[in-house]
Amino acid sequence: MRLFYAYVLTAMISLVGPAVSQDIVLGLSKQEIGITAFFDGSEILIFGAVKHQSEASSEGDLDVVVTIASPRSPVTVRRKEKRLGIWVNVDALEVDLAPSFYAVATTRPFDEVVSQASDLWHQISVRQLIRAVSVPVAVENPEEFTEALVRVRENDGLYQTLSGAVILQDQTLFSTSVSLPSNLVEGAYTARIFLMNDGDVVSEYQASIDVRKVGMERWLYNLAHERPVVYGLLSLAIAIFAGWAAAAAFRAVRG
Amino acid sequence: MGLCGAMNIYLPIAEVSVNAFVLLGLGGLVGVLSGMFGVGGGFLMTPLLFFIGIPPAVAVATEANQIVASSFSGVLAHVKRRNVDFKMGGVLLIGGLIGAAVGVLVFNYLKSLGQVDLLVKLCYVIFLGVVGGLMFIESLRALRKSKRISASKFRKKRTWIHALPLKMRFRVSGLYISAIPPVLVGIVVGILAAIMGVGGGFVMVPAMIYLLGMPTKVVVGTSLFQIIFVTAFTTMLHATTNYTVDMVLAVLLLVGGVIGAQFGTIIGAKLKAEQLRILLALMVLMVCAKLAFDLIVQPSELFSLGTVGGH
Repeated sequence: MRLFYAYVLTAMISLVGPAVSQDIVLGLSKQEIGITAFFDGSEILIFGAVKHQSEASSEGDLDVVVTIASPRSPVTVRRKEKRLGIWVNVDALEVDLAPSFYAVATTRPFDEVVSQASDLWHQISVRQLIRAVSVPVAVENPEEFTEALVRVRENDGLYQTLSGAVILQDQTLFSTSVSLPSNLVEGAYTARIFLMNDGDVVSEYQASIDVRKVGMERWLYNLAHERPVVYGLLSLAIAIFAGWAAAAAFRAVRG
Repeated sequence: MGLCGAMNIYLPIAEVSVNAFVLLGLGGLVGVLSGMFGVGGGFLMTPLLFFIGIPPAVAVATEANQIVASSFSGVLAHVKRRNVDFKMGGVLLIGGLIGAAVGVLVFNYLKSLGQVDLLVKLCYVIFLGVVGGLMFIESLRALRKSKRISASKFRKKRTWIHALPLKMRFRVSGLYISAIPPVLVGIVVGILAAIMGVGGGFVMVPAMIYLLGMPTKVVVGTSLFQIIFVTAFTTMLHATTNYTVDMVLAVLLLVGGVIGAQFGTIIGAKLKAEQLRILLALMVLMVCAKLAFDLIVQPSELFSLGTVGGH
């Protein structure tokens, strides 16, 4: 395995293009994830190398930040309050676009690696990512709602901050792995790699990972959405058949 | 991985991965209870599906599909024993279909307001509380006294129901009554079926005995007969308007349910009627108490997430 990666890396380094002071060469263990009936999460290995253009330049220590984001979709965040003795949803904020999965892996604690300015500009932390797109509506303090969104998804393991999860060797070779949960949504996931120096982004690289339902999952999902009448009738046919089979088997057992 | 990986099934519509044996087990458990007590078991299954993390909209729609199977399985036995009043079933069905359509409309409207969870849970608390309470009191009384009180006492009474127009003769039930009460009962049960994802047997059966005065012998079969059509209709409505019927989930629940029901029937045959009813009443009240508790006690997280549009 090691040898293989090393080979891939050298191959990629030699392919790298034009001159920037530092550049990234990237590899992903998977470019596609298929959700099958037995899908139980997936682990993605992200590895690469920093290509130093001029050996002489007196740069400080480098850090690497890797993010993986699912496609973004609108989310409604609702708040409960006690009304007439029971807990009821009273108000809601619609966050226009939030990823359902987001992981940030860093070489050292996030705050030491990424300055606030870079976070604001590149939307590296999930909070910035969400804040950047949500338009506050007529809710008293929208921040409370976006904060709740992050908190709920962090508790569900959908938003992850992995401090120190990126291993950087000799300021050149880096690797990290991110495990994706089993309740993934479909779409094009984006992996971003930031090369950081003293809190600033030196270089950025993007790659995409395609997550799709495949096989029976794909077929059923398409059928349910494209031909709902056929899907509904098929569900009923299965139910009627199972009901009949059960009664028949029961009679047979009882003699 | 290995074994663990093989046990988890990704549900294509619910978009969550759930342990297949948990679903088979739940199906089996509810199947045992439904075999013991002669109810569809939807009122237990739907809250259990909420507890294991199936989105409520998917749980409600899929449970309707599962009830089609269990009711069809049950009704075949009753048809054989000529315990189904098809005419009464047809009249109840007319109301049931109207009710189911209204129920899905109400369900979709409340979903857009973000109140559907509350509505479903309130419906559960109220109906489980009322039905469980009444059944508990009635069966306690029956246990204490001799068993002479039965439906026949209610049947002979002439009530306001007999004064209504549009009278029809129902031969199998031995009744000559207006078609209006059965249609109304059908509507109420249809609305419940659509909103709560239940067949409504636990409301339909007492209503048929005490309100319509049908003989107990034909009540279960006739109730199952019309529940098949109402839940089939509800399944189609949910499938075509919300895309929330999860076929994989339904099949897993079905298999467990069908096997469980056979064991349930055997257990049920060994218990006395009053003991059975008290046990059922206690179980209904327990589910009710758990749901009510969740509504009253402050949740640990006051915020909840929902998707916009879609499901």
